[in-house]
Amino acid sequence: MDLHLDAITLVYPDGDSTLTAVEDLDLSIPSGTTTALLGPSGSGKSSLLAVAGGLTRPTAGTVRIGQDVVFHPATTVAAATRARLGRIGIVFQSPQLLGSLTALEQLELHAHLRGDRPAGLRARALDLLAEVGMSDHAHKRPAQLSGGQRQRVAIARALIGAPQVLLVDEPTSALDHARGTQVIDLITRLARELDAATLVVSHDSSTLDSVDRTVRMLDGRLEEASRSAVGT
Amino acid sequence: MFVALRDLRHARGRFALMLVVIALIAFLVAFLSSLTAGLARESTSAVTDLPVDHLAFAMPEADDDPDFTASTVTSAQRDAWSAAAGVEGAELLGVATTRAQSAATTAAVTAFGVEPRSTLVPADTPAPITGTATVSRGAADGLSVAVGDTVSLGGHDLQIGTVLDVDASYAHTPVVWVALADWQTIGGRTPASDEGQTATVVAVTGDVDDDTLHRTDAGAGTTTLGVGEARAAISSFSSENGSLVTMQAFLIGISALVVGAFYTVWTISRFGDIAVLKALGASTRYLLRDAIGQAFLVLVIGVGLGTGVAAAGATFLAGAVPVVVTATTTLLPGAALVALGLVGAVLAVARITTIDPHAALAAR
Repeated sequence: MDLHLDAITLVYPDGDSTLTAVEDLDLSIPSGTTTALLGPSGSGKSSLLAVAGGLTRPTAGTVRIGQDVVFHPATTVAAATRARLGRIGIVFQSPQLLGSLTALEQLELHAHLRGDRPAGLRARALDLLAEVGMSDHAHKRPAQLSGGQRQRVAIARALIGAPQVLLVDEPTSALDHARGTQVIDLITRLARELDAATLVVSHDSSTLDSVDRTVRMLDGRLEEASRSAVGT
Repeated sequence: MFVALRDLRHARGRFALMLVVIALIAFLVAFLSSLTAGLARESTSAVTDLPVDHLAFAMPEADDDPDFTASTVTSAQRDAWSAAAGVEGAELLGVATTRAQSAATTAAVTAFGVEPRSTLVPADTPAPITGTATVSRGAADGLSVAVGDTVSLGGHDLQIGTVLDVDASYAHTPVVWVALADWQTIGGRTPASDEGQTATVVAVTGDVDDDTLHRTDAGAGTTTLGVGEARAAISSFSSENGSLVTMQAFLIGISALVVGAFYTVWTISRFGDIAVLKALGASTRYLLRDAIGQAFLVLVIGVGLGTGVAAAGATFLAGAVPVVVTATTTLLPGAALVALGLVGAVLAVARITTIDPHAALAAR
């Protein structure tokens, strides 16, 4: 299903005044495609991603997956949590793996959060670890993995629930150019295979050759050239 | 418990330390509880094991709290109780702690003065006749005497008639049963000419309703307690037991604080992980259940270990130390430790509800 961000505005309190992080922004990402969101620090990229993932409620506007409005200004914490668990995968800037879990358990965790039996998910978890080239490291904990390996496990974790939307926040920030390119290529390929609408926030355009589209943000808005590029 | 169990395995050093602390506190609480019960038994068993339902005290002032040391009852008061509805038996019982001297040694004992044909001597033993004494095994061992030997109680010579294999103590002294007439000499309670006989309490047997109790007390000038409540009339028991129970309560409270402090620090150290779990779709209920389940497991294992070791140790030392090991002295304080520890843990992990999943976007 497509991801639609409709007229999103996000305003933070900032001392006695307010700070507009995202202003009246529209963006649609078709399913199975990857859109890269570029922009300088403070442009509102991560804020937009937080709204898209239900981590922050928008001040105005709605987030739709297909025709379903999943997040809006009055969305409850519980509803946002359910939507993330069922429909959205997130890859964080740093891998954010849980230190006590092996790579395989990071993926099996999803079944526990859903209240399912992990055994039913194990085969898919092992397949996904194989997809990201981590088969040989399935039983290692994060401390036993390199930074790139941890990022691959984080990508597999985000995809284990077969999400309709994949949100990726600065996945290459801690990687060199070659590894960063590999990670973006991997995300783009898996998003296509799994038919997920994927938004990748990045500051580094040099690693984004494989993405379907690129848009730029500045001061909480999409740049005009970007708007036409994505056809919104 | 998916994450909680793996955290236990992963941070085994920290949790082992916590387990040891909880086990030590549980050991202290269970051992102290067993010791409290043992000391209480040593202080009161001769009273609580009396085959009666109530003890009637007559205090110098009507509003004084009942006390074995100050109470003096008379034959007339016994007769008043005998006539009360529902009373099957009422007899005088004298209680006086004194010095006993045998040929071998001296020791403190408590003389229980009983009437002829009294049923208050344990094990259906006939009441001692004047000039003789029935001694508990503790008194016989303490004084190194046997049947036929002579023992002097408060300067009054008595011949040992019977040695009873019973555990009967009063205020940490073994009990010697004597005839009431002898007791009055030993206890310095020689009655005035118009009093008939005097003793410390009237021991009442029978199913007496509250109304009758109050009416008879008012008419006879006595204050009646159930035989269990009468422990409080032994002054040494009240102060001793109160101190030990206070210590237990403090230990259980400290345990809750320790568990709460540990889980406060543990939860704060997990803020990042919890934010990530929330961002991945973990509900607050799931996270609370996971954390509280972990605390419960740690508490049950720690308390189980400590209580088990204390029970085993107390049982082993039962001959040398006055301890009583029962479910009340082990499982009950253990359950209190787990319950209060859980309260501490719940208060500590409640901050999970305030953690913002947005924090997961921050680099670590």
